[in-house]
Amino acid sequence: MQSKVSNIQKPEATALKGFEWRNYIVYFAFIGVLIYFSITLSDEGFLTSGNLLNIVRQTATISLMALAMTFVISTGEIDLSVGSIAALSSLVGALAIQAGYGIVGGLIGGVSTGLVVGLINGLLVTKVAIPSFLVTLGTMGAVKGFAMWITDTAPVPIVDANFNFIFGSGDIGPIPVLLIWTLVFTIIAHVLLRKTAFGRQVLATGGNENAARFSGVKTMKIKLMVFLGTGLMAGLAGLLYAGRMNAGRFSFGEGDELSVIAAVILGGTSLFGGVGTIIGTIVGSLMIGTINNGLIIMGLDVSQQMIIKGIIIILAVAFGKKAMKR
Amino acid sequence: MEQPILEMKNISKAFNGIPVLRDVNFSVKKGEVHALMGGNGAGKSTLMKILTGVYTADSGDILIDGKPVSIKSYEEAQKNNISMIFQEFSLIPTLTVAQNIYLTREKKTSLGLLDDKDCEKKTEKLLEELGVDIKPTDIVQNLGVGYWQMTEIAKALSQEAKILIMDEPTSSLTKNETEVLFSFINKLKAKGYSIIYISHRMDEIFEICDRITILRDGRYITTETCSETDLDTVIQHIVGMEFDQAFEWKERAYATDVQPIFEVRNLTAGIVQDINLKIQPGEIVGIAGLMGSGRTELLRSLFGIDPIENGEIYVNGQKQKIKNPRNAIDAGLALIPEDRRMQGLVLEHSVKDNMILPILSKVKKGTFIDNKKSNDISNKFVQKLNIKTDHIFKQARLLSGGNQQKIVLAKWLANDPTVLMLDEPTIGVDIGAKTEIVEIIREMAETGKAILVVSSELPELLALSDRVVVMHDGKIKKEMTRKEIKTEEELQYAIQGF
Repeated sequence: MQSKVSNIQKPEATALKGFEWRNYIVYFAFIGVLIYFSITLSDEGFLTSGNLLNIVRQTATISLMALAMTFVISTGEIDLSVGSIAALSSLVGALAIQAGYGIVGGLIGGVSTGLVVGLINGLLVTKVAIPSFLVTLGTMGAVKGFAMWITDTAPVPIVDANFNFIFGSGDIGPIPVLLIWTLVFTIIAHVLLRKTAFGRQVLATGGNENAARFSGVKTMKIKLMVFLGTGLMAGLAGLLYAGRMNAGRFSFGEGDELSVIAAVILGGTSLFGGVGTIIGTIVGSLMIGTINNGLIIMGLDVSQQMIIKGIIIILAVAFGKKAMKR
Repeated sequence: MEQPILEMKNISKAFNGIPVLRDVNFSVKKGEVHALMGGNGAGKSTLMKILTGVYTADSGDILIDGKPVSIKSYEEAQKNNISMIFQEFSLIPTLTVAQNIYLTREKKTSLGLLDDKDCEKKTEKLLEELGVDIKPTDIVQNLGVGYWQMTEIAKALSQEAKILIMDEPTSSLTKNETEVLFSFINKLKAKGYSIIYISHRMDEIFEICDRITILRDGRYITTETCSETDLDTVIQHIVGMEFDQAFEWKERAYATDVQPIFEVRNLTAGIVQDINLKIQPGEIVGIAGLMGSGRTELLRSLFGIDPIENGEIYVNGQKQKIKNPRNAIDAGLALIPEDRRMQGLVLEHSVKDNMILPILSKVKKGTFIDNKKSNDISNKFVQKLNIKTDHIFKQARLLSGGNQQKIVLAKWLANDPTVLMLDEPTIGVDIGAKTEIVEIIREMAETGKAILVVSSELPELLALSDRVVVMHDGKIKKEMTRKEIKTEEELQYAIQGF
């Protein structure tokens, strides 16, 4: 029996080769980008600790949303509404503070805004069975419209210094609070995906939804949860925008869905579901932040940055597809 | 007498008033491999769906260890220690073996986190017990198909399954993998597990099974002990004595002394190996064989879907280069595929749009589609093939199975092919439409075309074919003229490879 069983060929060795290379490509790419900018931009001060911490600050919002997006994409779904949610949450948070509800009021206002949109997304995907791409394309527009409407496109300033410290520009010793936010949620997300039943069921749902259901996974509940997740984190990201810029504004988060999805895919999470990595996502996010930062220092304007980001997404997905085919 | 572990008594089930199971009895002993056999539509899968809670029986009882149980869902079946090993694998390809086996049943650490080490340890023990040489940490999609099935079985056993249902478990396995599976099944048997084994392959059944229960037309026919029966008896029970007049073979005349209209020389493509085939104008050639014998694959490669590795194809004596379906269509070939809903029709499109899809270039007027011409052609075929539709603009998905199949036929007849290939042309259509389709195929042959038909339904194959070739493991094993075949049993023998 033993000898017979080993007769069945296992294409494991060849399959794993391509797979591992793909898993680590984001790390090599990140190091490559760092080295490239360090050399070409050494005179402009790219490699100073000030600039590097700046990258972390600027990336925090993208990172937080990308962490939650990793779960959504791992189930084989997508959420395009994150940028719009961040905009609306920043405004709701700012309005709550303006109305005298304090930091806690702002937090609750911003976060629950995100949760409500996430709930709507999740229910439309699971109960009405509309593809998530279409659902979130719709809410992306609708939520953005809401954000413009509630203050008639006027920004809402936040004068609460404590809020601005906790959610934005504060430093504890040499460490920016935004780095702490990022670190804490990265650890939570990593444990959630790798070590809990919820994370396992997210990956199972994305790997083969039917098989997951037959194994007793409540796939609809899992999908609802991941959309609540992106809603929650996009809401929080909106507050971080507000804290950093000392205001709520409808234009925050514009185009962020592009950066967020790029970070997740670059990190090695499969757009087809079933495979996800939090560490990869964070590195992907930092890489996009670094590229943004480098391009700004190089003197490229927003339009040129958008072109580069678009190309990066296509390249990332192309690599992912190659790995899927093997 | 020994108490059977499972008894199904007087099970009846009807769909829309049409009975599919009538007073069926079925019982399985502990530690036996019990084959469930019967032709297409005999009721095997319905019976198993009742056992696994997918359907509920209209009447009858299920007894486990002598105690009546109620099974209304797959979960309840599992609670009663019944597990189905799915034909379409039900594993998560991106997770590891251990993660798959214990999905949703993982042990948690004191912090509420997953204890993967525990799952891996239990899996390792389980795999060792079963003698399966894979690691708990192997990712499923990196393993061979044979291992997928064993992982599924291991998963079932870890859920305390005592009765395993295996439906055509060897259909996607190589010979080698089949042998491994069989020694594995013997091991399970020795450990006291019971296995319900569904297959059309007699050689496998006689090799692995202890008893055989045969169903025909939804009725229980008999249960035989493998060591006391023989192939003859079993085949006779499966086929029965009925004879369908509509399916009677008519001897037809066609020219045998002219150049073959279609010829295949030394064709090799994937599992299809070294096929040589000549068809005269007006001749109908049937291809018989078991699932996985390469029948469908042969048609697919001839039509340019699967790449041809070696060999030549001649139409009207002219050598053809077929690299894709477009080449094949241009060479005068047409393929009516096995799955009309997936491969044959654009279900959301109208009857007309489906029909003119392959002949768009013929109904064009300049850049645009000539509406009058395409309507005329569509109407002509609706009439000719007696397609029951209100009008040609009705969505294809709204028509019945038989009428849908006729649209697929019309679609290709409109293109006036020289060689018409059909894969299971009457699968899932009612008996009336079946007869009509058989008649259409005969008419096509009368006009001097070459016809190549693949079918698992032997009566249909025998009704249509002037000649039958039998495929086995991708090769042509036997070739018989229709006159040489006396009975359906004889063809069944040839298919089984005896």
